[in-house]
Amino acid sequence: MATMTDPPVEGFRLSQLIYDTRYRSMTIQVVAFILIMLGLVWLANNVVTNLQALGKDFDFGFLGNRAGYDINQRLVEYSNDSTHGRAAIVGILNTLLVAVLGCITATILGVFAGVLRLSKNWIVSRLMGVYVEGFRNIPLLLWILVIFAVMTEGTPQPRDFRGEDAEASMILGDSVAITNRGIYIPNLVFNRSLGGNEVDAETGAVVASQSAGDMILLLVVIIAGFVASGFIGRRATAIQEKTGVRPPGTFWMRLGAVIVPALIVLVALGATLEYPELRGFNFADGIHLRNSLIALWFALSLYTGAFIAEIVRAGIMAVSKGQTEAAFALGMRPSWTMNLVILPQALRVIIPPLISQFLNLTKNSSLAIAVGYMDVRSTLGGITINQTGRELEGMLLLGLFYLITSLIISGAMNIYNNSVKLQER
Amino acid sequence: MSEIHAETAYVRTEMLPEQAPPITAAGPVKWMRENLFSSPLNAILTVLSIFVIYYVLQGILPWMVNGIWDAGSLSECREIRDARGGSSEHGHGVACWAVLTDRWHQLTFGFYPSDLYWRPILSLVIFLVALAPVLFDTVPRKLFILTAAAPFLCAWLLWGGTIWGPLMIAVGFVIGWAIFKFGAPAIGALGATIAAILIPILYWLFIAGPVAGALSSAIPLGITPVPSDDFGGFLLAFVIGASGIILSMPLGIILALGRQSDLFIINKFSVIFIEVIRGVPLIVWLFTASLLLNYFLPPGTNFDLMLRVIIMVTLFSSAYIAEVIRGGLAALPRGQYEGADSLGLNYWQSMQLIILPQALKISIPGIVSSFIGLFKDTVLVVFVGLSDPIGFSNLIRATTDWNGIYWELFIFIGLCFFICCYGMSRYSQYLERKLRTDHR
Repeated sequence: MATMTDPPVEGFRLSQLIYDTRYRSMTIQVVAFILIMLGLVWLANNVVTNLQALGKDFDFGFLGNRAGYDINQRLVEYSNDSTHGRAAIVGILNTLLVAVLGCITATILGVFAGVLRLSKNWIVSRLMGVYVEGFRNIPLLLWILVIFAVMTEGTPQPRDFRGEDAEASMILGDSVAITNRGIYIPNLVFNRSLGGNEVDAETGAVVASQSAGDMILLLVVIIAGFVASGFIGRRATAIQEKTGVRPPGTFWMRLGAVIVPALIVLVALGATLEYPELRGFNFADGIHLRNSLIALWFALSLYTGAFIAEIVRAGIMAVSKGQTEAAFALGMRPSWTMNLVILPQALRVIIPPLISQFLNLTKNSSLAIAVGYMDVRSTLGGITINQTGRELEGMLLLGLFYLITSLIISGAMNIYNNSVKLQER
Repeated sequence: MSEIHAETAYVRTEMLPEQAPPITAAGPVKWMRENLFSSPLNAILTVLSIFVIYYVLQGILPWMVNGIWDAGSLSECREIRDARGGSSEHGHGVACWAVLTDRWHQLTFGFYPSDLYWRPILSLVIFLVALAPVLFDTVPRKLFILTAAAPFLCAWLLWGGTIWGPLMIAVGFVIGWAIFKFGAPAIGALGATIAAILIPILYWLFIAGPVAGALSSAIPLGITPVPSDDFGGFLLAFVIGASGIILSMPLGIILALGRQSDLFIINKFSVIFIEVIRGVPLIVWLFTASLLLNYFLPPGTNFDLMLRVIIMVTLFSSAYIAEVIRGGLAALPRGQYEGADSLGLNYWQSMQLIILPQALKISIPGIVSSFIGLFKDTVLVVFVGLSDPIGFSNLIRATTDWNGIYWELFIFIGLCFFICCYGMSRYSQYLERKLRTDHR
């Protein structure tokens, strides 16, 4: 007769914490947690003691104080009477400006270079190879300095434009002046500005000017135009899928939806172009693109463009050759094949690394320090810290800004990535 | 039958000699037709490219080739150029390479004492020899002994001073290894691992310093010390780059394993660390190192700026490497993990023997491009006051002799970086080809 014996009842032994796999992972985590917390407490404790020893406190009140320094490049109103917080915002906008400009040009450049590097034309693909390897293997800082030196040393001074037989002349029908102080391009101004126009005291003529309201209105109308254009396009596709016939003139309707409202707004506001003009020792009017902005923008675009070119090349090569052959067999033109067959498939491979290149470009814009472009690092993280002595708070805010920007960019691009990725079961 | 047709049929009785292919189907003409002028668009592109190349070369080549190598200052250079009489017709003048012959030692070694140049050179040689068995598997394996010793030897050669300091630090590693090796059978793998980490740290904190001090006063054995402030130029870039690369690799692997781990707390801390480090530019971290690090350390601690920068660069780069290796770990088929488990291997054994070798192989291109990025980023230390090559180009330009010279310095620095980084990327391609096991 078999007797059932209970399994030996063992009490919990301390050694099980290490040798029993059920408890071991818990032990490791608890030990790691305690160690990490101890480390953090130690760091925080050191900060408190050090701050006390220096007689400092931890306070963000300095952001409300008068900054007292000038920023030459600004997108919003700012004077040296504004607060440090305002200066930080000006810097943030400057960083975002160069990042957005850079991302756009780098993408265009990168796609071109990547496609051309795969060209059957030997000399073109070699030339693109030289471009890519040259920019990838030399520090970005050096490129920024080189382009800045080209801009300041290799261009004429404003006074060279003076006189009958001037040494230098403006290009594009006397509208763009390239000088060693920067590039001057025409500005868009309005005779019936929303912000109100001044009237010239002597002649009685209305002085064209520009206010924030004008630009916002223009921007809103253009964006609305693009939305409407997208709607028309989707509707046309739906009709085409139902009936097999695309409504005639869809392309012109889409184009018109973008252009016509914008034109109406421009005419209604009385838009004219304000050309840069040599006055006194320097050019006046127009938009002044500073050398620092241009050097940073070009260098960031060229540098990141080289990386994007490699990403694009790898993405295109990842699409099987059979796809090209099948498209050719259907009688598609090479350009259609590229646009309709290869690129959409390559995008899935291209987008994730492209996101990190955009992130890199945004972070690399902090190299503005090399050419004196006033980005957030040189306002909030530079002059403000030097003036107020608030290193801890300033660096914390600066770090947070970059962190949040990075998270937003990668979040937005991930949403896009999800929309183009291969739909699987 | 044959007689009937004999008059009309033509039968070749001898072979014709081989003929050269038509001129358009062979040789350079064929190559050009296929590679340069295959379509109208290609022809346009070719012509355009040739024009661009010609335009760039005709601007740069005379400037470079006619460059002046022997002068004491920029004004002297200009005098020589004017005496040659070839200055104004082109507008570009000629290059003044003399700045390189005059200041190459600063660009390379910084303010390192000139009678001690042999020490950085010797440590570079040691470094390269020690690297050889890691890079190429045809090199004798015995050289790994030198590889283990090289970090301490190079540090001692570069900074000088007593030999006991580096020696005592090295002893700490030996102690850790010995505990792990001989302690594991006695107290189990986990306990031995913890002990092998904790005891050397305690040893470095409390024992190594006094013992080294006592030994160096008892047996003074050392070479002239060189302070970190004297390091500069490419020497600085190499030291920061090489230490960053060597130190960030193990840290990156640990972080990647942490991020792939099932242990909740370890996983989350790794994620936070990696994301925070990667979300903020290196410049901000360098400023943090130079402005804030003293806040986070016990009062009275004073760190060498160069050491702070190396620590920061290492942490920064390890986060990037961790992401690259994580990609490699994620790319491994699940069966590899399950295979390791079914063999009864524990975590570290399966990682060491099965998972990591494959994951690292997959991530080689990414790791090398991280290294290239790290090496290029060493120039950023100029912003926290260290004199890297770019810092020295500014210093040279600040002297009255060479005020206003740009291109020659930029070209030299760019060329040096290009050679190093391009070499690294070529090596990674070689490694990829060598390790490729899927017989494609």
